[in-house]
Amino acid sequence: MIELQHVTKVFNRGKVNEVSALEDVTLSIADGEFAVLVGANGSGKTTLLNTIAGAVLPSEGRVSINGREVTRLPEHKRSKWIARVFQNPLAGTAPELSILDNFRLASLRTGKKRLVIGINDRFRNTVRDKIAVLGLGLENKLQQPMGSLSGGQRQALTLLMSVMDHTDILLLDEPTAALDPKSAEVVMQTAEKIIADYRLTTMLITHNMRETLRFGNRIIHMAGGRVVRDVDAAAKKALKLEDMYGWFG
Amino acid sequence: MIFYLSALTMGLCLSAMGLGIYITMKIFRIPDITTDGSYTMGAAVTAVLLTQGWSLPAVIGITVAAGALAGVLTGLVHTRLKIDALLAGILVMTGLYSVNLTILGRSNVPLLDTSSVFSALSVFDKAIYNEVWVSLLFLILLGGLLSYMLRTDFGLAMRATGNSESMTRALGINNDHMKIIGLAIANALTALSGFLVAQYQHYTDINMGIGIVLVGLGSVLIGDALITWLGVQRIWLQLALIMAGCILFQLMLALALSLGIDPNMLKLVTAVFVLSIVGIPRLIRSAAS
Repeated sequence: MIELQHVTKVFNRGKVNEVSALEDVTLSIADGEFAVLVGANGSGKTTLLNTIAGAVLPSEGRVSINGREVTRLPEHKRSKWIARVFQNPLAGTAPELSILDNFRLASLRTGKKRLVIGINDRFRNTVRDKIAVLGLGLENKLQQPMGSLSGGQRQALTLLMSVMDHTDILLLDEPTAALDPKSAEVVMQTAEKIIADYRLTTMLITHNMRETLRFGNRIIHMAGGRVVRDVDAAAKKALKLEDMYGWFG
Repeated sequence: MIFYLSALTMGLCLSAMGLGIYITMKIFRIPDITTDGSYTMGAAVTAVLLTQGWSLPAVIGITVAAGALAGVLTGLVHTRLKIDALLAGILVMTGLYSVNLTILGRSNVPLLDTSSVFSALSVFDKAIYNEVWVSLLFLILLGGLLSYMLRTDFGLAMRATGNSESMTRALGINNDHMKIIGLAIANALTALSGFLVAQYQHYTDINMGIGIVLVGLGSVLIGDALITWLGVQRIWLQLALIMAGCILFQLMLALALSLGIDPNMLKLVTAVFVLSIVGIPRLIRSAAS
């Protein structure tokens, strides 16, 4: 459960380039809800996601996760509840580390990184089985550096990495924006599967109207740093592509 | 022969620093030049403690702690005050000069009849063979320890920090803490080079660290070129190649001296070496494109 109360974020306050990215946003995302965030560039979607993740601390207002106030808690301490997939496939993985090493770190997201060698045969087999599900043939390339893979492959792996350790919330910031249509499909299908399997509370930012209609059970439309439209599950089912075009006129 | 063996020993002694610079430069991508100060600090602490008759394990422990402290200082200045890493290093390095002079008490302390790591583990009759063997043993132990550390879960977190900070933050890693720990390890290793070199050359001089970071940098660049050229993935092999880089660099300097270059010109020669290691590949690349 994610709650934002009167959250405002102003960047560069008092300077000529002052930007008001979020203005008095009050929002509640229930457990297991899958909300799709839409809106034009600069409407505050990414700032909203970053505020939940802790990468951006709000200027005013309160943020709480699972009933606990986390407004000033830094990102690395919120990672026990939150897993993230970034728009840039490079941001979610360590390119010079092997696939296996990346998965090892992801499996310790909520835990301590100790001075012991954690990668053993059992771990290797677990990772191999999980990756095999993607059907990309990556399960035989566990030692390959992450940086040698394509953007689509890296995004798909980042999604699998997000459920290597317990998480309540999954934040997806335009995960398919940098990908070709075929890779985008693999990534979104993987996302849908893990969200259902692990009953994750999810927020997805997308500019793709078809994705907006196809995924999730709620639409949050942002403009000028505010929530201007909130579509619940029933209304979303009835929604058509043509209806949405009118929103961005 | 002895001439090149002593270059080999010097290369091995400086390899600890090379491993340290490898951590900051290649793993964390931080240009850390605290090195000049922490190297002399290691040598100064060693000289003072050995003269006072402290045991070798105690001297090693205190040397490591002193170097780590220097690294922590640079790390704190860099992460807490958000000061550029290069400037943070210069600040700490400059300050350490006075600290080192205070530790040492004067500008030069000879170590002639004190115990040393080379005499303590002596097996051969000839001093130079002992020096090669002891420094090799020391570096194999150090490299082994470091290679193990880098393969642990903690080591993975460390390597990922320099690679993708957005990823490590999202995976619950405090990047600032990691950088401080990394700088501490790197400068502790550098101090150990000071520990070895002081005993090898039988004196500590307050100016012995001037420009040593450039020697380390050049050595690591050679090692890194070997790593890329051979496509080496295994950590322990990478560390071994960094050591090879340090040895090659000293052999190149020895060769330059044997060709009759004035020892006063050694710093200039070092600078030209490093410049050519960095510059020549770039010239070749721009000529090719």
